[in-house]
Amino acid sequence: MEAAVSTTNAKELWSGGDSPFKVSYGKIMMWYFLISDTFTFAGLLISYGAIRSSQPKHDETNPLSWPDPNHVFNAGPGFHHAPLVFVTFMTFTLILSSVTMVRAVQEGHYMNRAGVLKWMALTILGGLVFVLSQAWEWTHLIHEGMTPSSNPFGAYSFGALFFLITGFHGFHVSVGVLLNSWAFIQTYRGVFDRRGHYEMIEKLGLYWHFVDLVWVYVFLAFYLF
Amino acid sequence: MSAETSTHAHHVDTHAHGHDHHDHDHHHEPGFIRKYIFSEDHKTISKQFLITGIFWAIVGGLLSVLFRIQLGYPDADLTWMKPFLGKWISEEGQIVPEFYNALITMHGTILVFFVLTAGLSGTFSNFLIPLMIGARDMASGFLNMLSYWFFFLAGVIMFISFFLATGPASGGWTAYPPLNALHDASQGGVLGVDFWLVSMAVFIVSSLLGSLNYITTIINLRTKGMKMFRMPLPIWAFLLTAVIGVLSFPVLLSAAILLLFDRNLGTSFYLDAINLAGEPLANAGGSPILYQHLFWFLGHPEVYIIILPAMGMVSEILSVHSRKPIFGYTAMIYSLLAITVLSFIVWAHHMFMTGMNPFIGSIFVIFTLIIAVPSAIKVFNWLTTLWRGNIRLNPPMLFAIGFVSLFISGGLTGIFLGNSSIDIRLHDTYFVVAHFHLVMGVAAFFGMFAGVYHWFPKMFGRYMNQTLGYIHFWGTIAAAYLIFFPMHWEIALPRRYYTHSGFEAFSGFEQLNMFISTMAIISFALQLLFVFNFFYSIFFGRKVREMNPYGATTLEWTTPIRPGHGNWEGDIPEVHRWPYDYSKHGRDFIPQTEPLTQYEIEHGEHGDEHDSDIIKSEEHKG
Repeated sequence: MEAAVSTTNAKELWSGGDSPFKVSYGKIMMWYFLISDTFTFAGLLISYGAIRSSQPKHDETNPLSWPDPNHVFNAGPGFHHAPLVFVTFMTFTLILSSVTMVRAVQEGHYMNRAGVLKWMALTILGGLVFVLSQAWEWTHLIHEGMTPSSNPFGAYSFGALFFLITGFHGFHVSVGVLLNSWAFIQTYRGVFDRRGHYEMIEKLGLYWHFVDLVWVYVFLAFYLF
Repeated sequence: MSAETSTHAHHVDTHAHGHDHHDHDHHHEPGFIRKYIFSEDHKTISKQFLITGIFWAIVGGLLSVLFRIQLGYPDADLTWMKPFLGKWISEEGQIVPEFYNALITMHGTILVFFVLTAGLSGTFSNFLIPLMIGARDMASGFLNMLSYWFFFLAGVIMFISFFLATGPASGGWTAYPPLNALHDASQGGVLGVDFWLVSMAVFIVSSLLGSLNYITTIINLRTKGMKMFRMPLPIWAFLLTAVIGVLSFPVLLSAAILLLFDRNLGTSFYLDAINLAGEPLANAGGSPILYQHLFWFLGHPEVYIIILPAMGMVSEILSVHSRKPIFGYTAMIYSLLAITVLSFIVWAHHMFMTGMNPFIGSIFVIFTLIIAVPSAIKVFNWLTTLWRGNIRLNPPMLFAIGFVSLFISGGLTGIFLGNSSIDIRLHDTYFVVAHFHLVMGVAAFFGMFAGVYHWFPKMFGRYMNQTLGYIHFWGTIAAAYLIFFPMHWEIALPRRYYTHSGFEAFSGFEQLNMFISTMAIISFALQLLFVFNFFYSIFFGRKVREMNPYGATTLEWTTPIRPGHGNWEGDIPEVHRWPYDYSKHGRDFIPQTEPLTQYEIEHGEHGDEHDSDIIKSEEHKG
């Protein structure tokens, strides 16, 4: 009986006059945008795969072979010879900022302005720390001689792909930090309270988690493999 | 918790909409700038897209006239053009080779992206989606406005590139590396390609904003009773076009970013072991074929972005002016879906000659040829819709029939070209040029013309001049066939060559080229007739005096003759039936807003009207 009821409902959902997913237009747009953005990143990561597979595998004796990430990424601010420690910190920060984002969205459901402000502030902080860490890492690598057109660690393409893809991702994080800051100010001014809902935080949350998820793939491509 | 969230969000959504219109009722009339320039009304934005598209069509067409003069009349003295074109005309009065390359490049770019993507989809998706599904406007008027202004900006950047000292991009509309990845490999490459790439990136943003809006509006804002399978076919076409755009344009964005890096930051994504002017370059490790894969992953779906809206509108117009239901409504939808899916897995048929593995090639051959199936379903359905219809041969109907004719003529040669082995012979010849101009160039234009003539009364409250419409149609279809039919015989001529003279193998085509060029010029002049008719009729055309001049069933004809912001005065009508109840139960047409009678069975529910008659008689017995 209950099953029958739910199928009729499912049919009626699409019969017009109503959102079939019971979701506002803004959220649907955000989802479709993220699908679209996935294709942009996929285009870049597939290019990475295609170029990398055409290069010689890592080989100590071949200076043009694919570099060893443990060798390239072995420094952080104030320390050396610590492979992947700094990037682990960056990744941890970004993932932690996703957790704080979840809490911000939750407080939004409770219509708790103070809670939203607190957790959004932490999310923004996490994003900022990530972007600044990336800036430090870029500066460090450029000092070591790795640029889009040169790479002392091995294949030229490594440097080019690294700056392109982490740059494009970093651009996404920066945009996210800006949007989150804007939402923080709107929250502070009580705009969402007056509007009666915190859906904007939810939409930004979708974007933020997406950017986080993409980092996992970028991380795999450059730091782990 | 999630259920709570969703109902909450939903409540908010409806509330927001009610509020929106409440606001509008009480606001004073918006000023000129808000009403005509930075308008958020879908009808105004649609007209902005259309008029900008017409501008670009004139520019793109004019470029083709110039290079056709070079191909058909290579010895003509063009010194008189020197005041306008300056150094692009040589001292001897000839078009300079670099300029010829720029002409074909910009002709392709402008017509594919600015006219047949933005001008076609932007115009009619914007205009028809809210009107046909019963919505007051697009889901987000603001993003919709941004979509137009990003398109405008892309156009401005492209237009500026014409005035660069080294000229606009000249390496083909596909912008293949290595030619387009190097600043010094061609004049257009010095700066023109950078403008081209930035313009494309901005255009992609515009397309994305538009498509997100179209999809969301169709999913969320259908009026009560407007089930997915009660939507008019243009709406299905616009929906799937938008889905294709959302999934394929971002990959072009990746391709463009990589190319910009190669050009300006010294990377080697697409470059490997290159000599320029005898000097080896430092680039190593990239692959130009990578670009082709990324480009055609957009490039092929792009042709369906162009043709699907035309298909959808033609289906609607053929049905209305045949006074018959569209034949195979559901089959039309599923064939659109099939084309959408297949469009993503055929891109490498543009790359058979890149040295790809023949086995991979054969897979792409199979998928390519399978597209003929849904395409043929559509063609048969159009023809059977016409069959024994009560046909009104007015300009929109003529252009719709012309679309079907051109689509068949151009589609048949697609079967040749889709075979990788035949493609060895046909690749990069004028046979290809003839094929794609018929099937997606002229055909899509005919779909667009059909749409403009058909919905002009709804757009501007006036009719276009019929006589000029007839001249436009017969002249254009004659010219189109006289240009592109003989072009199939130029199977021995390579495309994109500046000149064919001086080659033994290419001799014997002078007369044919001259003929084709003459027809191209005549055809261009006829389009100016349309442009005149269009603008004249906006201001001085015969006024529309009835709400539903065609006797059509769809919702746009239930709005006032000149619908204001919000489209319907009072409530949005409810929908009770599919959109193709023509000549049913002895009635000429039954609008979608009319409820089913007691014994009437809706189309597609349990069979056809014959069944309902049986039920009727049984009910009487009972």
